[in-house]
Amino acid sequence: MSDVPMNERTAGQTLVQRFSNPTRFMAWSGRLLPFLSLLTVGVIGFGLYVGLVVAPPDYQQGETVRIMFVHVPAAWLAMFTYLTVVISSIGFLVWRHPLADVSAKAAVPLGAAFTFLALVTGSLWGRPMWGTYWVWDARLTSVLVLFFLYLGLMALRNALEDELLAGKLTAVLAIVGSVILPVIKFSVDWWSTLHQPASVIRMDGPTLHASMLWPLLVMAVGFSLFFFTLHLVAMRNEVMRRRLLTLQRGRARVGRSDTAATIVEG
Amino acid sequence: MTAFLAVLRRDIALGLREGGALGTALGFYLVVIAILPLGLGPDLDLLQRISGGVLWIGLLLSSLLSIDRLFAHDLEDGSLDVLMSGALPLELIVAAKAIAHFLVFGLPLVLFAPLLGLMLNFPLPAAGVLVGTMAIGAPAVSFIGAIGAALTLPVGRGGLLLALLMLPFFIPILIFGVATLNASLGGPGSAATPALILTALMLGALVLAPFAAAFALRVQFRG
Amino acid sequence: MADEGAPIVSALAVSGLSCHRGGHAVLENVTFRVAAGDVVLLIGPNGVGKTTLLRAIAGLLRLSGGEITLEWRDAVSDPPPTRAFMHVFGPQNALKPTLTVRENLQFWQRFLGEEADAEAIAAALDAFRLDDLADLPVSVLSTGQRRRAGLARLIAVARPLWLLDEPNHGLDAASRRSLGDAVRAHANAGGMALIATHSEIDAGPVRRLQLGVEATDNALGDGVDARAGMLA
Repeated sequence: MSDVPMNERTAGQTLVQRFSNPTRFMAWSGRLLPFLSLLTVGVIGFGLYVGLVVAPPDYQQGETVRIMFVHVPAAWLAMFTYLTVVISSIGFLVWRHPLADVSAKAAVPLGAAFTFLALVTGSLWGRPMWGTYWVWDARLTSVLVLFFLYLGLMALRNALEDELLAGKLTAVLAIVGSVILPVIKFSVDWWSTLHQPASVIRMDGPTLHASMLWPLLVMAVGFSLFFFTLHLVAMRNEVMRRRLLTLQRGRARVGRSDTAATIVEG
Repeated sequence: MTAFLAVLRRDIALGLREGGALGTALGFYLVVIAILPLGLGPDLDLLQRISGGVLWIGLLLSSLLSIDRLFAHDLEDGSLDVLMSGALPLELIVAAKAIAHFLVFGLPLVLFAPLLGLMLNFPLPAAGVLVGTMAIGAPAVSFIGAIGAALTLPVGRGGLLLALLMLPFFIPILIFGVATLNASLGGPGSAATPALILTALMLGALVLAPFAAAFALRVQFRG
Repeated sequence: MADEGAPIVSALAVSGLSCHRGGHAVLENVTFRVAAGDVVLLIGPNGVGKTTLLRAIAGLLRLSGGEITLEWRDAVSDPPPTRAFMHVFGPQNALKPTLTVRENLQFWQRFLGEEADAEAIAAALDAFRLDDLADLPVSVLSTGQRRRAGLARLIAVARPLWLLDEPNHGLDAASRRSLGDAVRAHANAGGMALIATHSEIDAGPVRRLQLGVEATDNALGDGVDARAGMLA
């Protein structure tokens, strides 16, 4: 082995360590959070303004099309959050880094909330469009299944008392889910003929008119920032909760002292 | 191979001797199907139209109900420790147990389905197709259910949790199982396509599920 | 011994073994060696990590450090997995209540030894005075009888290293003697036994491995220092 790759590897490790060491994480996330929060409020505020006021009503759907500016970003974030959960789960199972479990645990309720928001807004949008609050449209059904998956992840974690074990098994479930999810999506698509073709991301370019597309993208950025902010807050809460738990356990274990290294290992 | 067959034979023997569990599963299937007309009304046309899907859903539920203890008995009596310290890979232990579950629970439930179909005015000549498609889908239910049994093992009585976790994963099997059935009963489309997809799903579950379940078990013991 | 082709184990070497559970060390830097013919009693108060040590050696727990190796009498180029040379016997008996004692033993023979061996089963039944109970389902046996039926697996399937966790639990005096005899015979035949126990086992000469926890008042907070010392 030559020196060069060794150096590269050490550099990589320190970079990862810088961000993932719990104490450092608390420090940088604490500094970042105020700016991130302000930016989120700003972008979402601007997005709502351009979406609800500036953008023209749809010539077919009228004002109801504006639900899209909440519905579509919520649906994107529902999927993006699941990706975050899966990546965190892999990180936890492979590198056993406690912060990865913290990330997965913090992301799941957020993902469930985004999925729920997508379902509710979709249902409200469906009322004027389809004349009913719920149709078994393929897209809606797939999102519903994603919601079930989030519920399952939360239920499994809740059911297990041993937090380390809960983290690992939830991670396994999340990964298994990520394998099965495309199969479910395929089945539901096959099953449903009511389904609308995708209209934003297509090989031949978006069919959505630009006057509606750019407010939508602003909202998507805003929702992503919203997710990052809430995720950081939830992760910080979880780290602090685990620290408290470790302190309490240390108090309970008379005559023993804990080192800083065991803090987030729960 | 001896070890694999030993686990398979033992689990079949246990399942047959502890006949109560199979009786419960069959009874549950019967009650679920019998209660439907009481809620929907005795309209024979309606019942016939939904009979295929209802029989499939009943099969999924009763099969799941019987799988939550797949590893729990071996954990409680210490057998799992010894099983894991043998030479047979855990994946194959899981596979043997899932096959045994299919043979002891899945197959009787599948064979029971046409009888229950009589209560729903299910066309009797189609019983062969019903049993055939279910026999393709049921092993997948046992194998995917094994993942749930492994994940909920530390929970104790995790039956309800298992259903919450695993039922969404059965959606593809349900969709293509019922589609095959309906297509061969004269519905639109050819029955061959969904039947082939159903078979592919089953084979995929047979190959992949033991790895997932064994991983979930290993995580609990070896961390 | 079950298969003559298998390499013969001359010792179990545990070096620097550490095990963490729930974020704190249960075992730290445990080192000892068990040679062929040795019977080692693991002693120490509750919670000191005896069960953890046995499970770690059996490969049922993840180690956070250290090594567990088997040493062979002859040079082995491609050592088989260590778990193929161990018997794990824990607080439960690993028996199925609806199967008879004989069926249980036959299952473990097929699963662990890959062949059914009626002679070995007869020897196992004899060693634990189970001849009259062999064809009864385990569910009708008393606690002590079940314990013996569970222990019979050790003899029905030949493996050089026995890892026994409180094997005396639930046994009467006569059954304890049977267990002691079985362990002694195993050791005399060149086997090894590592036994976690609070009571004595009359298995002839035994060594004792004390697992002790020493709390150190280290100002730097290095935490606990668990060490193992061979007393005899």
